[in-house]
Amino acid sequence: MPEITREEVAHLARLSRLALDETELDGLAAQLDVILGAVAQISEATDAADVPPTTHAVPVENVHRPDVVTPSLPREDVLAGAPAAEEGRFRVPRILDEEA
Amino acid sequence: MSDLTRLTAVETATAIAARDVSAVEVAQAHLDRIAAVDGAVHAFLHVDADGALAQAKRVDAGELSGPLAGVPLALKDVIVTKGVPTTVGSRILEGWVPPYDATVSERLKAAGVVVLGKTNMDEFAMGSSTEHSAYGPTRNPWDLTRIPGGSGGGSSAAVAAYEAPLAIGTDTGGSIRQPAAVTGTVGVKPTYGGVSRYGLVAFSSSLDQAGPCARTVLDAALLHEAVGGHDPRDSTSIDAPVPPVVEAARRQDVRGLRVAVVKELSGEGYEPGVQERFDEAVALLQELGATVTEVSCPHFRFALPAYYLIAPSEASSNLARFDSVRYGLRVGDDGVNSLEDVMSRTRAQGFGAEVKRRIILGTYALSSGYYDAYYGQAQKVRTLITRDFTAAFETADVLVSPAAPTVAFPLGAKLDDPLAMYRQDLATIPSNLYGGPAMSLPVGLSEGLPVGLQVMAPTMRDDLLYQVGGALEAALHDRWGGPLLASAPELEV
Repeated sequence: MPEITREEVAHLARLSRLALDETELDGLAAQLDVILGAVAQISEATDAADVPPTTHAVPVENVHRPDVVTPSLPREDVLAGAPAAEEGRFRVPRILDEEA
Repeated sequence: MSDLTRLTAVETATAIAARDVSAVEVAQAHLDRIAAVDGAVHAFLHVDADGALAQAKRVDAGELSGPLAGVPLALKDVIVTKGVPTTVGSRILEGWVPPYDATVSERLKAAGVVVLGKTNMDEFAMGSSTEHSAYGPTRNPWDLTRIPGGSGGGSSAAVAAYEAPLAIGTDTGGSIRQPAAVTGTVGVKPTYGGVSRYGLVAFSSSLDQAGPCARTVLDAALLHEAVGGHDPRDSTSIDAPVPPVVEAARRQDVRGLRVAVVKELSGEGYEPGVQERFDEAVALLQELGATVTEVSCPHFRFALPAYYLIAPSEASSNLARFDSVRYGLRVGDDGVNSLEDVMSRTRAQGFGAEVKRRIILGTYALSSGYYDAYYGQAQKVRTLITRDFTAAFETADVLVSPAAPTVAFPLGAKLDDPLAMYRQDLATIPSNLYGGPAMSLPVGLSEGLPVGLQVMAPTMRDDLLYQVGGALEAALHDRWGGPLLASAPELEV
């Protein structure tokens, strides 16, 4: 049976870029334990051992489109939906420390 | 109440084409109906009255024509619409106005369909009750204290409440079919790749599929045909003609058709009332000349665990795009907080509990050390489930089961128990994992609430769903003296 600790959930939250609060971490640890307990049944499908995995329902490979130039969306239309834009670009929060 | 809202899509289109009524009158009648009942039902997140009336005028001016010209439709808020807000039921996209149209939106416009607005849904289509919408739940028109199913509860409720004769839903694990089942409407998940995913906000890319919701099988077929077909902008779109769904819906003949009941999709977890209506409908198919057998699909019992590993894994990756940079919410950008802090705060505030749960679950299933046991094993099980389908279709043309294990449950009943909510998708998930098409259509009432029967067909044989559905629907309407929805209680207007 899986046992997922609060620390593990905190680690997963960091990987997922989710700033969860203490209450959420506690709640999720308990819920994930139950959910993982249920999905762990998948290991009972013992005849899966030598079976190739399915990644996609309908096999498709190397789909190419014609190499034709088509107009992009107007820049201002795209930036209109951004939380912050400046000089015709997306403005992002600081990504480097000042010393860096 | 205006009679115009009670017409089928076919009747509406015929009346408009004959100039018995204008598309503008039809659109206005539905906008009035929405104004009257949607306060109680809450099927819509956004009503686009101006856009709907403008499109209706174009139909009346003869600029647009076709079998669905002038017919109103409710569009699930997971499909992007140029100039019309698209939230996916989430705070993280609140107020976002897409700069482009999904292929589905484009095709609807070109067909002269009048899009009334965007419908409510579980956030990012994760849920089976529409209670995980950040904007409050939708209520079932049959009983306003109950859920309309999910994630496409807004689309199914809009159709059941006569707010629109047609709607578009999306189905990743049952989000078109389970809502159809619990609202007494028709819902179809086409073959994966049958309808373009371009502009469909991704949840689980290998499973997501858009499809029609309607009050009759024929109406669903017309909508299926209007939005289906190859799209070069979706590399997983199937490059083949849409199966002949409209012709099949009109055929009304199942003589000699081989129907198999899936043994594993019954018993524990299925309500007795649901099972009874299902058994009666199967008996009716036999009376209509179909041969009925039972088939075993031994790996279907692993479908639910496989789905709840594959879908959250894909979701954890897909939802990484909500990074507070290109669209939607941004929280904590004070000039001091780093990009990573801003991203983490935005996502924590913008996503609801179920979305966070699935992102964490998916991140776990994809982690090194767990990958083979969870995600890898789930993909192998997906192969075994596909083989079960393939084997079953050697002796049967279609498979049938109840579409949902229960009738509509009361709001709040399963909110604190994620696993109980997940079990709503017991019967619908196998077709998503396999990729084949499946339909839910109403077959009666249990405890005064609708029960749906599911028909499953081989990939690219969507026409078989409509052939079975059309024949069964006609026989049931004869038996009932009209459609099941006619027995739904009138909403207070």
